[in-house]
Amino acid sequence: MTTTVRHTHQPKRWAKSLLGLAASLAFSATLQAEVNTTGLAVTDTTVKVGILHSVTGTMAISETGSVQAEMLAIEQINAMGGVLGRQIEYIQEDGASDWPTFAEKSKKLLVNDKVAAVFGCWTSASRKAVLPIFEQYNGMLYYPTFYEGLEQSPNVIYTGQEATQQIIAGIDWVVKNKGAKSFYLLGSDYIWPRTSNKIARKHIEKLGLSVVGEEYYPLGHTQFNSVINKIKLKKPDVIYAIVVGGSNVAFYKQLKAAGIDMTKEKPLVLTISVTEDEVLGIGGENMVGAYAAMKYFQSLPNDNNKAFVEAFKARWGKDTVIGDVTQAAYLGPWLWKAAVEKAGSFDIDKVRAASPGIELTTAPEGYVKIHPNHHLWSKTRIGHARADGQYDVVFETEQLIEPNPFPEGYQ
Amino acid sequence: MTIKPASLLPGGNLMGYALLALLLLLVLPLALDLFRLNLIGKYLTYAFVAVGLVLCWGYGGILSLGQGVFFGLGGYAMAMFLKLEASDPESTKIQSTPGIPDFMDWNQLTELPWFWQPFHSFSFTLLAIVLVPAIIAMVIGLAMFTRRVGGVYFAIITQALAAILTILIIGQQGYTGGVNGMTDLRTLMGFDIRTDGAKYLFYYLCVLLLFGCLGLAHYISKSKLGRLLVAMRDKEDRVRFSGYDVAAFKIFVFCMAGVFSAIGGAMFTLQVGFMSPTLVGIVPSIEMVIFCAVGGRLSLIGAVYGALLVNFAKTSFSESFPELWLFAMGGLFIAVVMAFPNGLAGLYNSYVAPHLARLIARWLPATTEPAAVPAIEAKQPQGAQP
Amino acid sequence: MFAEYTTSELLSIFAMQGVAGLILFSVFVLMALGLAIIFGQMGVINMAHGEFMILGAYVTYLTSELFSAYLPDYFSSYFILAMILAFIAAGLLGALVEWLMLRHLYQRPLDTLLATWGLSLILQQAYRTIFGAREVGVTLPDWLMGSYPLTDTIELPINGLFVMCLALGISLTVGILMYRSRWGTQVRAVVQNRPMAGAVGINTARVDRLTFALGCGIAGVAGSAFTMIGSTGPTSGQLYIVDTFLVVVFGGAASLLGTIASAFTISQAQSTMEFFLSGSMSKVLTLLFVVFILMLRPQGLFSLKVRR
Repeated sequence: MTTTVRHTHQPKRWAKSLLGLAASLAFSATLQAEVNTTGLAVTDTTVKVGILHSVTGTMAISETGSVQAEMLAIEQINAMGGVLGRQIEYIQEDGASDWPTFAEKSKKLLVNDKVAAVFGCWTSASRKAVLPIFEQYNGMLYYPTFYEGLEQSPNVIYTGQEATQQIIAGIDWVVKNKGAKSFYLLGSDYIWPRTSNKIARKHIEKLGLSVVGEEYYPLGHTQFNSVINKIKLKKPDVIYAIVVGGSNVAFYKQLKAAGIDMTKEKPLVLTISVTEDEVLGIGGENMVGAYAAMKYFQSLPNDNNKAFVEAFKARWGKDTVIGDVTQAAYLGPWLWKAAVEKAGSFDIDKVRAASPGIELTTAPEGYVKIHPNHHLWSKTRIGHARADGQYDVVFETEQLIEPNPFPEGYQ
Repeated sequence: MTIKPASLLPGGNLMGYALLALLLLLVLPLALDLFRLNLIGKYLTYAFVAVGLVLCWGYGGILSLGQGVFFGLGGYAMAMFLKLEASDPESTKIQSTPGIPDFMDWNQLTELPWFWQPFHSFSFTLLAIVLVPAIIAMVIGLAMFTRRVGGVYFAIITQALAAILTILIIGQQGYTGGVNGMTDLRTLMGFDIRTDGAKYLFYYLCVLLLFGCLGLAHYISKSKLGRLLVAMRDKEDRVRFSGYDVAAFKIFVFCMAGVFSAIGGAMFTLQVGFMSPTLVGIVPSIEMVIFCAVGGRLSLIGAVYGALLVNFAKTSFSESFPELWLFAMGGLFIAVVMAFPNGLAGLYNSYVAPHLARLIARWLPATTEPAAVPAIEAKQPQGAQP
Repeated sequence: MFAEYTTSELLSIFAMQGVAGLILFSVFVLMALGLAIIFGQMGVINMAHGEFMILGAYVTYLTSELFSAYLPDYFSSYFILAMILAFIAAGLLGALVEWLMLRHLYQRPLDTLLATWGLSLILQQAYRTIFGAREVGVTLPDWLMGSYPLTDTIELPINGLFVMCLALGISLTVGILMYRSRWGTQVRAVVQNRPMAGAVGINTARVDRLTFALGCGIAGVAGSAFTMIGSTGPTSGQLYIVDTFLVVVFGGAASLLGTIASAFTISQAQSTMEFFLSGSMSKVLTLLFVVFILMLRPQGLFSLKVRR
């Protein structure tokens, strides 16, 4: 792919048809039969893909950004001439924040619509629900969210970070740069926070430091005064928080109200669950001073990212913000395009075979590469929350971190 | 020979069941592709709950907002059996403890918890699907009905139970799979449940079981017990003063509704291939009530149509206008309650049936009987008429 | 588990935990009071209660946006105005709902439950269409955030104090309205014997509408206050449903004092258990405890003895 990804969501009509013409000339040799031997919805000029996120229900809050990023990437790819000379048409389905619905819709996309790839899912639960279907009907899912790991499917490309990538670098950083000795682990009660905290605890204990508390609250819990008292009692150096959804807002507001000023860093707050998207709901003034460990922040100062942020805002409005998952969702269509072109075919098996080693030099987060285990090599950054809802990137790992979804000894 | 025109009508019971059977066993399987048919099968599992609700809410006047609890118990029991079968040592050999379900391994469990052990046996599982919900319903019923807790209180308490079970399942993820539920279920006694053939088989099994439940419910509603239930709903004290043990009847009918729901849950697991706590909580429990209300809270057949129609509308609406879906659903709730409290069955009985009856009467001049409007299956609930 | 702390540390922790319990208590009272009035006095189950609260929260959000755009000088005092507006908006919507929907359903309490659930779905989607699916961040004036240090170790969260005062104020107002005003007398008369009340010249339809509007208005104020401690999004209202209903039912439907007593019991049980156990387990145990007590005492803690 080229390195100039401009904002081209509404190219002039003549330009589009000219591009299409050029593309179809270039690829006139690749006839449909050759690029598609398995009956996918591919014609000589178009290819169908699916977008499967929650537009309604409680998860709509989080998944909107991913849908927007995927649409933007598809529009940009189309404006550049599409994939193998074919314009991408997307079919959008609503998972409605309901896991059986996700399973139902993914089956529809694969069986009825015969899409060549699906970009979607957000929660682990929705991914787990659709996974057997993707494996049974041999589809390809590009999954954007940072997640707990412990999974590696031939039918999924994980464009977000798995837990060890995100966690270990973050803990190492607070230990080294902030002299942290004791940690209080806190999370919403489901698999991602629990598994992540398990990895965090193992790592903290391996470093010879202490975990002074570990606590989980039901999803949607809104009263955190008791746990804040416990934290005050234990006086940890770091509050390691993986609270999600509406609970986030309650937690940070109550933390501030209880007199814990995060800018004083006593204790310091480190989170892996609050992206710029979530800060919108929490309010920047309630989040200021916290640290977040993830692979992408909207403020990343590189040219790829500047072009991406500009294009995203031009397409979806200047008030939108871009979080880690949104960026990872944006990578999906580009990674798929690169794999299809390397394979010279839309066939799922060929795309899968071509995927390991695919590089993206134009990714907003910088350079990424697909590992044979279908996760991405990526860097982890530490962001320091500002009052305006953005993060200052204060640290970035030197090397790309190898994805390791089944960490030895952390299980 | 005289044929009662009413019994030939879809409102007449025999004909109604026959038409439903024709629709479910022949028309739909022939008209729809497997994907859509599988969806219908999933909707039908909710119909089990709706049929149970007709009995306990429509007839008995006991509104339970926690039927998801029983649906979940049945579904989880079946899922536990299938999960154990899918977790044989061979296919789980990359785990640190092979032979236990994957989510247990992720949660550092090193052996199968004791309450999982019996689910190695299929017959135990089948028993558990029926008995566990029955026992739990009985305990709840004993505690509530003997103390004469009813109406709104019962609704709120069952709602709280649904919340409790959801939090428990999510919190105890090492034992239950947590918020992800139990996924990746593969075979039932060596028989692959993901194949096309299996999908057809389970669809037909589901329809047959549904008819079994319908038959049983129909029998109960026509029996003396059914009449007593209606009497209790309308004037509980009079029934009590007549010497009947009101609580016992209520407990029985609540247990029946629970067992029906559990069977639906088990069929859900088989057809959809996983079970998750999102089917247990407050929102699905209330949605199940609306299936019943749309169909007509006094009509067993209506409950099946209600479940089919609402879910069909949900799927098609959310495919084309996801934003409008909640408006439509909310409007449906209000319309059903305010405009036609007897649901589809009520509409049918008051508008369609009389015309049909007249038509049939014309075609059958031999009948001497006047074209009677078929009786509504039971008296309308108290105050249903404005 | 307390061995490693000094006595003064322990004392301050217990004090702070007491404050946390009191805050939770006030939150419960605010949540439940509106519902208790509606349920206790009218027998209507308002499943859209949470959505009325969120309406108040959105009104607060809009007010804060307006103030920061046009009247930045007065921003520090917008919150008071926002609460009044929230009360009016939620109350008006309540009156409208009562007029369109509920007055036709008074004979069927279980059906009001379904109809108001439908209403809650419509309101949720309306919020989503108008304000977007994301949660909105309500900017609070500085004086409401932060804490007031009582001693070196004990700090009182100011928003918690505010919620406590608000809960106290509203409870007193409602109490006075109910037991010292002409309107209250009418409401209680209608509760005890509707036909008789009508016969002596009380306009029962008007009393019903006012009662429902008042309950919804209080929900609006509660929602407005909760922007200080919780999230404001289309589905946030659902987070409160179960707790609210249990508080009201546990208290005994027809008694405001019962509601307050039950809010106190449940909040103390929950916050104490949260301190000793994990969050999820304490929630389950609290709910089980309430359900268990309700099985023993189905009419709730306090029940009004009336002839029905």
